[in-house]
Amino acid sequence: MANTAGAGNQPKPSSSVKLVLLGEAAVGKSSLVLRFVNNDFQENKEPTIGAAFLTQKCNLPNRTIKFEIWDTAGQERFASLAPMYYRNAQSALVVYDLTKPSSLTKAKHWVAELQRQASPGIVIALVGNKLDLTNPSSSTGDATSAISGEEDGAEGTGNVEEGDEADARKISTAEAKAYAEEESLLFFETSAKTGANVSEVFTAIANAIPETSLRGARGAASDAATQAALGGRRGDDSRVNLTGPRAEVGAKEGCAC
Amino acid sequence: MADTANIDTAETAEGISTKDFDKRAGSEHSESGTREVPIASLQSRESSPPPLPARPRQLSRPDRSPFGSYSRPSSAGGPRLASRATTAVSRADIQTKSYGDERPGGHLLPGSRGVSRQQSFSNLGRFVSNSKSDGGDSASIRSYIPTLEASGDVESLLGEVLSDYASPAWKKLDACALEQAGYFHDVTYEVDVLNDIFEREFDELEPSRPDGSNEEALMAQFRSKLKHFLILSSAGKPIYSRHGDDQLVTNYIGVVQTIISFYQGAKDGLKGFTAGDVRFVIMSKGPLNLVAISQLGESDAQLRAQLEALYMQILSTLTLPNMERMFSNRPSIDLRRPLQGTETLLSALADGFTRGSPSSLLSALECLRLRKTHRQVINNSMLKVRSQNLLYGLIVAGGKLVSVIRPKKHSLHPGDLELIFNMLFEAEGIKAGGGENWIPICLPGFNNTGFLYMYVSFLSATQPNHEVVERPSSRDEREEEIAILFISPNKEGFFELRQMKDDLVEQLQENGGMQSIRSAVVKGRPSCVDIAPGTVARHFLYKSKGNVQFAMPSYEPNFNTTLSRRRLLSLYHILHASVHVKNAHLKVQHCISRDSISLAWITPMFELFCVADPSASRNALAQAANKIIQWIRREEERVFIIGGAVF
Ligand SMILES: Nc1nc2c(ncn2[C@@H]2O[C@H](COP(=O)(O)OP(=O)(O)O)[C@@H](O)[C@H]2O)c(=O)[nH]1
Ligand SMILES: [Mg+2]
Repeated sequence: MANTAGAGNQPKPSSSVKLVLLGEAAVGKSSLVLRFVNNDFQENKEPTIGAAFLTQKCNLPNRTIKFEIWDTAGQERFASLAPMYYRNAQSALVVYDLTKPSSLTKAKHWVAELQRQASPGIVIALVGNKLDLTNPSSSTGDATSAISGEEDGAEGTGNVEEGDEADARKISTAEAKAYAEEESLLFFETSAKTGANVSEVFTAIANAIPETSLRGARGAASDAATQAALGGRRGDDSRVNLTGPRAEVGAKEGCAC
Repeated sequence: MADTANIDTAETAEGISTKDFDKRAGSEHSESGTREVPIASLQSRESSPPPLPARPRQLSRPDRSPFGSYSRPSSAGGPRLASRATTAVSRADIQTKSYGDERPGGHLLPGSRGVSRQQSFSNLGRFVSNSKSDGGDSASIRSYIPTLEASGDVESLLGEVLSDYASPAWKKLDACALEQAGYFHDVTYEVDVLNDIFEREFDELEPSRPDGSNEEALMAQFRSKLKHFLILSSAGKPIYSRHGDDQLVTNYIGVVQTIISFYQGAKDGLKGFTAGDVRFVIMSKGPLNLVAISQLGESDAQLRAQLEALYMQILSTLTLPNMERMFSNRPSIDLRRPLQGTETLLSALADGFTRGSPSSLLSALECLRLRKTHRQVINNSMLKVRSQNLLYGLIVAGGKLVSVIRPKKHSLHPGDLELIFNMLFEAEGIKAGGGENWIPICLPGFNNTGFLYMYVSFLSATQPNHEVVERPSSRDEREEEIAILFISPNKEGFFELRQMKDDLVEQLQENGGMQSIRSAVVKGRPSCVDIAPGTVARHFLYKSKGNVQFAMPSYEPNFNTTLSRRRLLSLYHILHASVHVKNAHLKVQHCISRDSISLAWITPMFELFCVADPSASRNALAQAANKIIQWIRREEERVFIIGGAVF
């Protein structure tokens, strides 16, 4: 099974990281996962039903991270189920659609809920998706240079240019970024459609997870079950400084998945 | 109705169609132009161990054809059939219907049903004696004194049949095709045009422009759809429409709402009406009104069953108490918000009905044909790895059931499985890149008050590597997918069931179970000719009533296009409707059209619907039917899951 292969073949230490995606319906959560896991995109993706569980490996220079991803549906009626998915998560991707103001409001609610209810050490990334819908002139700055731009030490938060608001963009980079900094969140603007910045998000998260909260990936599914049963709060040390250098290093690596 | 002990009662367990007729009788409010025409001869034949006693019958008019009260020109240009002899036999009776004749006002001309009892007798005689040789239930076909005097509704019994290809939509299609064919003298072109028209049925309308500039064009597109489903709250709030956005459907919703509320005071609410070529059927369910608008010629009962399924889907998303609470808190609530994400499931169901689905027509499931021993291996593997909190475990391949395990005291409701299969194989929601899904779902047939949790994982039948990276997008490819479904009441049970899946896959790979599933999937359904070499049958549906399952051959090589399948399914709908009319006594029915000769044969054990080329004789068709029955009997434990594995 795919699970066990990683640990066996890799000389590098391997650990698994639980990640949950939250955000309003149709902001592109499933599309981000599809891009990350299969490097694919579908126009007019149908809404997720319930929640989907996926795994994907991410190679860092000194270790391998296996993401165990919960992609939730984001519809209101599933809100009461959300705690089940984020309860033991070490990381969360809170996604909004940067062409839809209400989705940022929703994202802020999720951030607040995570800060209240999730593991204290949880690494949260705020992600503004659908960057490709912004004005080409501004998204050149965003998408294209953001990929290579990580090299320039853009704090692993994407280096989206500000100003020059594009047609479809409704939420300025400055506004979202300011909020992310205030709440100590990782921040990216992405396009699941073009792939811009997508693997960077996951790599940055992998790097931001404190060593202490990592556990060996023994690969068995029961492992996860056990952890769920035990409450699995490994990340109890204080919240990481997400804008710290670690995220920056990670952003360079990219996931060799 | 006089004969409540009708054979139909044998089916009430499966539910949907029979009771509706009762309720509907007398509650039609749009009666203008309807006339009762005494049925020329309604004959019936019981074929049942134990036989039911003959009874005097007084047929009241249970229904009328959706199109009965409007005059229809005859089918454009098609060759007209002289009506064939019907079968009435003194001791047994078969009703034969011919159509394709000119029918002013939709009524049958008195002369159009010649009765030649002698001739049919010989056919029937052979039919009976053939089946006797099979043993089993068909052997005991018994006949009774025919109830010739019974008067009934020509329109409901015949109108359905008459409405087949002559239903307004089909006529439109026909007319168009013939015109085109006239220009091009090309038969294949005809088929293409028809296909085009039918395929366009599923195209989405573009959104209304705020300035209303495309309204007219959209209206035209909207009206060209052969089938609509509308769901609105009793306060008149739109909840769902298959076609068109809010701006477009608002007017329609308003009109429908007005009409419904106009009749709300009446003892029975409005159940249906006809406008022009279009049949409207309305179903009120607590705070919801569901409306089917069809030009495809289905019977009211069939449309009602479709609405019932949509309603079940809504319950499946919300549960009944939740929905009721929402409406009692706020009668004007916009249900679309809590239903968000369910539209695609509703549309997948709706399109399935429009395309035509044997499973929903028969309220039955199809199983993957497997050797009994192979199925046992699979059942046992699943039982062996069963985890603590499992309620139901299912393996499904391309919409066909492979194996089920369940607690002794709970069976599975076919309506619930229809919802699940629709979700997995028709809607696209469960398609995330190779993931496993965890889905809260209310199964209304099991319990409409609460949620269960369903673990879903897809395996590829064709790829040796069992992990599905990405689900195929075409319907045909999905025939080759294997889904593993575990249903549990435990909301936190995902990892438990995931472990069970891993264990199961390992088992099945070791003991060859996976291999037998794969090869059965790849093999597909047998064709009619595989089943009975030399048969005139081109397709059939066989429903085993006891197992609530059906079997059918491949659509290929005779029905390769969506349109030809829809036509076939239309024919099945007509046959089905005519033998399921509440008071229909007849147990064998022939149906002759320009394109086919077909037969419906109902016993307490099974229903068989069988279609042959129009050139085939009725005799040959009867023989084909017998061959099919023989095949089913031989293959019973392969084509059906009998009992399933219980724990
Ligand atoms: N233009 C554009 N469309 C996107 C992007 N990501 C997702 N979408 C589209 O947005 C819709 C909703 O995406 P989905 O992944 O289902 O959203 P979710 O409900 O958050 O999982 C789909 O039609 C996607 O094709 C993106 O980056 N750019
Ligand atoms: Mg999604």
